[in-house]
Formats: sequence, structure tokens, C-alpha cells
Amino acid sequence: MQSTRPHHRLSLAHREALWAYAFISPWLIGFVIFTIGPMLASLYFSFTDYDIVSSPEWIGLTNYINLFHDELFWHSLGITLKFALIALPLNLIISYLIAVLLNQNIAGRNIWRTVYFLPSVIAGVAVALLWARIFDPKYGVLNPFLERFGIHGPGWFSDPHWALSALVIMSLWSVGGNIILYLAGLQGVPTDLYDAAKVDGATAWQRFRHVTIPMTTPVIFFNLVLGLIATFQYFTEVYVISVGNTVGGGLGGPARSTLFYNIYLYQNAFKYFHMGYASTMAWILFVIVLVFTLLIFRSSNAWVYYEGQLRGR
Amino acid sequence: MAETIKTSTRSQSTRRSFSGIRTQSLLLKGITTLLLAAGAAVIMIPFLYLLSTSVKDRDQLRQSPPPLIPMAGTTVEINGQNEPLYQVTVNGKQTKMALIKNRPGGMGLFVDPENPDQTNELVIADQTPLKHLEIHWENYPQALQKMNFNRLLLNTLLITFIGMAGMLFSCSLVAYGFSRFRAPGLNVLFILLLSTIMLPSQVRLLPTYVFFAKLGWVDTLLPLIVPQFFANAYDVFLLRQFFMTIPLELDDAAKIDGASPLQTLLYVIIPQSRPALVSVAIFHFLFAWNDFYEPLIYLHSPEHWTLAVGLQTFNALYAVNTNYIMAASVILILPPILLYFLAQRIFTQGVVFTGIKG
Repeated sequence: MQSTRPHHRLSLAHREALWAYAFISPWLIGFVIFTIGPMLASLYFSFTDYDIVSSPEWIGLTNYINLFHDELFWHSLGITLKFALIALPLNLIISYLIAVLLNQNIAGRNIWRTVYFLPSVIAGVAVALLWARIFDPKYGVLNPFLERFGIHGPGWFSDPHWALSALVIMSLWSVGGNIILYLAGLQGVPTDLYDAAKVDGATAWQRFRHVTIPMTTPVIFFNLVLGLIATFQYFTEVYVISVGNTVGGGLGGPARSTLFYNIYLYQNAFKYFHMGYASTMAWILFVIVLVFTLLIFRSSNAWVYYEGQLRGR
Repeated sequence: MAETIKTSTRSQSTRRSFSGIRTQSLLLKGITTLLLAAGAAVIMIPFLYLLSTSVKDRDQLRQSPPPLIPMAGTTVEINGQNEPLYQVTVNGKQTKMALIKNRPGGMGLFVDPENPDQTNELVIADQTPLKHLEIHWENYPQALQKMNFNRLLLNTLLITFIGMAGMLFSCSLVAYGFSRFRAPGLNVLFILLLSTIMLPSQVRLLPTYVFFAKLGWVDTLLPLIVPQFFANAYDVFLLRQFFMTIPLELDDAAKIDGASPLQTLLYVIIPQSRPALVSVAIFHFLFAWNDFYEPLIYLHSPEHWTLAVGLQTFNALYAVNTNYIMAASVILILPPILLYFLAQRIFTQGVVFTGIKG
């Protein structure tokens, strides 16, 4: 087919391709140096004993077998999944409901939005330190408040049974990031759909159930997948709070109740410099996230609705 | 479903049901506002607690429950000693007196500061201790000095702004490449780029660390700055979505005028994309300013720390001094909050997110 084309047109197409590759070259180079290269390297490390100082020593599947028998590995995986199972649905539902409320035509709408987004712009160390103080059983603000209702508050971050719940509550405070995306999705729902439903006499609930939710499933889906990945990378808050906790016994404490997967990986990599073992953990994590993401993608056919599909592609 | 709705309401679209719908929507608005106000209170209280804790002194920190307004017990000097001042009732008359001595049975000796020799024995629990507003602004300079703020600020600004320049430069180029050209394999590469958004960072983190360690870059700012010059999936995606909305006619006009693709990017696309560029720049600022994990693993000596790492260490060392920690936290969250209020429209109207829906 190419031979039938005039010569100069072919060179034009060539030139366009060259320009394209020239423009995307920063990413291509970065992709090789910072993504594909490291991924292959960490796959290799996962079959070695490696402490950075001496060169990696091939030990076959030993890391994988050790990991399988490592109680703390299973423990940290369990903590992470437990947190994901509780915090993720709560976050998705609450942020969705807030977004729906914020999308109503009410007075001072922008002021409300400003308040609700606020926590999401300051995520990080300062927020973790603030919540560590709020939950402090002695001088904190939460337990005296609960006391007024006759509830004797727990020790939160200093109690192994409650530390995870405290983290869940803390994560609910900064659902703003999800809200931004949901609002964009809600605003993208064509108003004529609502008008049509109104003409047909649909109640507010029916409009919500049969127009709003189906039309925003792509954003729910997006938030679900990214939320899952974020949970497996959960680190800063746990690190800051457990390291700063004077009664908790350090990182991942108290009594390892907040030893998230990523915290345990960090310990192996940057505390003990077991780079081989930590790489094994990273790859297992990668596979777990991949499997979950694929499962969500697979199930998405059943519940995610893309408007484009209607037009019969 | 739709059928039944249709038949049930066609018949009753009268004026009466119309006014019913209006009161219903008013009621809905009222409930919405109430719910939002309750949620807003939950969000704001931690901020108020943060602010008030940051200006308390050691004695004020021990008050339980912690008052949201930083109060302190008023004292008065009696015979060279500071004694707490009370609002007391003596013989049915209200006056202010100082408690100078506790007596058994919950009683106390009170004196009028004007007339310290005449004592009154009263039930302490019946009198109200006087309080006044007491704000310790000096916590701020002290906290900043203790955590070596200036140096950490410089490091954070270097990482944030050089990284931002690198990100804007590289992501504009890459987004332009993905939005305006046809080339074999380009679509596959774009999908590959998008899929890296979902890649857990751990799989590439350890070898990247080893790589920077071999270069001798660990414990310098470079590992946090240099990768920004190689674009990232999220910002490329957002910029590309925006570039796609710019009419191709503008490119064509530039082409006819003899502009090269690079000139078209510089003089046509970039000036048209101000809002998108500002948005990704702001998001980058927030990311870099709040980032903790990578600064933690790469920056070891205190003079190279960022503010986030410095604050965490400061907390581990001075955990008792909650007031200093909170003062430093206020300083740390101030720039993001100011930026947020300045660029509110970008967040509340989701300028860059419009392209996300399928």
C-alpha cells in the first residue's frame, strides 16, 4: 500500500511521526529509566539476596517461599485488606452523598464546596499530627466530647483494638478529593435527562436512582480503582502517628495493629535493607492490586454505564 | 418502570400538585443545607482546635476538656505570690477575690486584693474562677527556630518549584505530542502512559533508590527534582484533554504562516492553555509540598530535609510540646490553604476534570 502513495506524502507522514516521537521523548526516556527499567530490576531483585552494599546474590524462589511463611507478611496484608474493606466503601458512599448535596441548587453553594474541599489540600504530616492530638485520650478533644454523651472513649491510637478505627475516621475527614471528581461527574449529567424524567413524573428519589447514579458510574468506578491502589500505598499518616506515639511501640504500633503492607515493606527495604525481600513484597503487591483492579474492571460491565456505548460503537 | 411513572402522573398534573412540588423542593433545600452545615462543622472543628492549641502555653494544654478559645485562669499578686482570682459572693454581694489558701472540707481563704489582710472563708466549689483570653503568639517563632524552619523551607521551595518547572516543560511537550500528531504506535503508548497511573509505586521505587544511590544522589535534593523533567501520566493526561479542546484551525493557521510544530506549541497552544497549566501547576505544588514518603527515604541529614520530614522529626523529638508542634503545623498548612483560596475556582468548578468522564 505504501508504494502506491506519492513519495513526498510518505515523507510528510514520516516527518509527523518523527515530530510526535520527539515531543513525547521526555516521557519515553523517563518511562525506560523510572518505570520499565526499575520494574524489571525489582523483578530480578526479588530472586536475590541484596543489601545494596554487596552485589545481588541469586537465591531463586527463596524470598517467595520465606514470604509465604512470614507471619508478619500475612498480618500486614490482613490489616491492609481490613482497612480497605471498611474505609473504602465508607469513603466512596459518604463522598458521593456529599457531592450530591453540594450539587443541589442551594444558597452559598460555593462556600460549602470550599469548606468540604479544604481538608484534601493539606493532606500529609500536619493532618496526621493534628488527628493524633485530637484522639489523644488524655488531652485530646474527642474523648471529653464523647464523655458528655456518657460514652467513655477508648485509647484510640494507643489501643491496638482501636487504632485502625481511628485511622478510618481520620480518612473520612479528608474525602474532599473524591468529592471534586464526583462533582465533575454530576455536572456532566445532561440536564435534559432530568427534564425528561420530570416530565414523566419521576420523583426526586427516582431521578437520583435511575438518572444520577447510572450516569455517574464511570466516576464511581474511577474513584474505586484509584482508592484501592491508594489504600495499598497507605503510609504517611500511619508512619507519622505510630512513630510519634510514645506508648505505641513505634512504627506500625501499637502492638503492630497498624502494620500496613506498605509500612512492612518500608521496614524491610529502608530499615533492614533487605532489598531482595522488599522487592518480592513489591511484586506480590503489584499482582494483588492487578488482580483486584482486573476484577473491578470485569465487574464494571455489569454496573458501569458509558454514555458513548448508546451511540452504538 | 418508566411506563408506570408516565401513566400515574399524567392524570394529576394540576396546579395543586405543582405547589406541592414547590414546597417539597423547598423542604429538600432546607434539609440539604442543614446536612451540609453539620458536615461543615465537623470539618472545621479540627482546624479550630489546631489554631487554638498552637497559641496555648503548657498550663493551658493541661486543661481538660481543652477549651476551643485559649483561656487562662486570671491571677493577682498578693504579698509577692500569684493567686487565682475568683468571682465570689460574700453576704449576697458579688465581688472579685483571690484564693490564697485551701482549707479542709472544700473551703478556702479568700481575700480582696485591695485589702489583703481581711480573709473570708468560703466554699470553693460555689465560686467561679475568673478566666481571660491568653494567646501565646511566641509559640510560633519558637517552633520555627527549633525546627530550623528557614533551611527546610528553602529545600522545600527548591524541590517544589524546580520540579514544577520541569513538570510543566516536559508534560506540555508530551501532551502536545499525544494530542496533535499521528504516528504508528502512538495510541498504544498513550494507553501505556495511562496504565502507569494505576501502577503501585513500590514496584519501581526500590531499584530507583538503588539507582540514585549508585549515582551518589541519595541525601541530595536531586532524586526529588530530576524525575519531574521526564513527565508524569496524570498531568500529561489532563493537559492532553485540554489541548484536544483547542480548535485545530488555530494550528493550521500557524502552519500556513510557516510555524514549525514547536513554534505552534509555544505561540498557539500554550497561550490558549493558561487555565489548564495553572491547574496542573497548583496540583503539583500541593503534591510536592505535602509529599512525605520519597523525601523520607532520600533525605537523611537534617540540613536536606523538607518541611514535611522536618515536622515529623520535630514531633518525634518534642512530642510533649503539643503547642509548638501545632504552631509548626499551622505554618505548614498555610501556603496550601492560601493557594486554595486564591485559586478556588479551579477546585470548586473542576476546570481540568471535565475531560475525565467516559
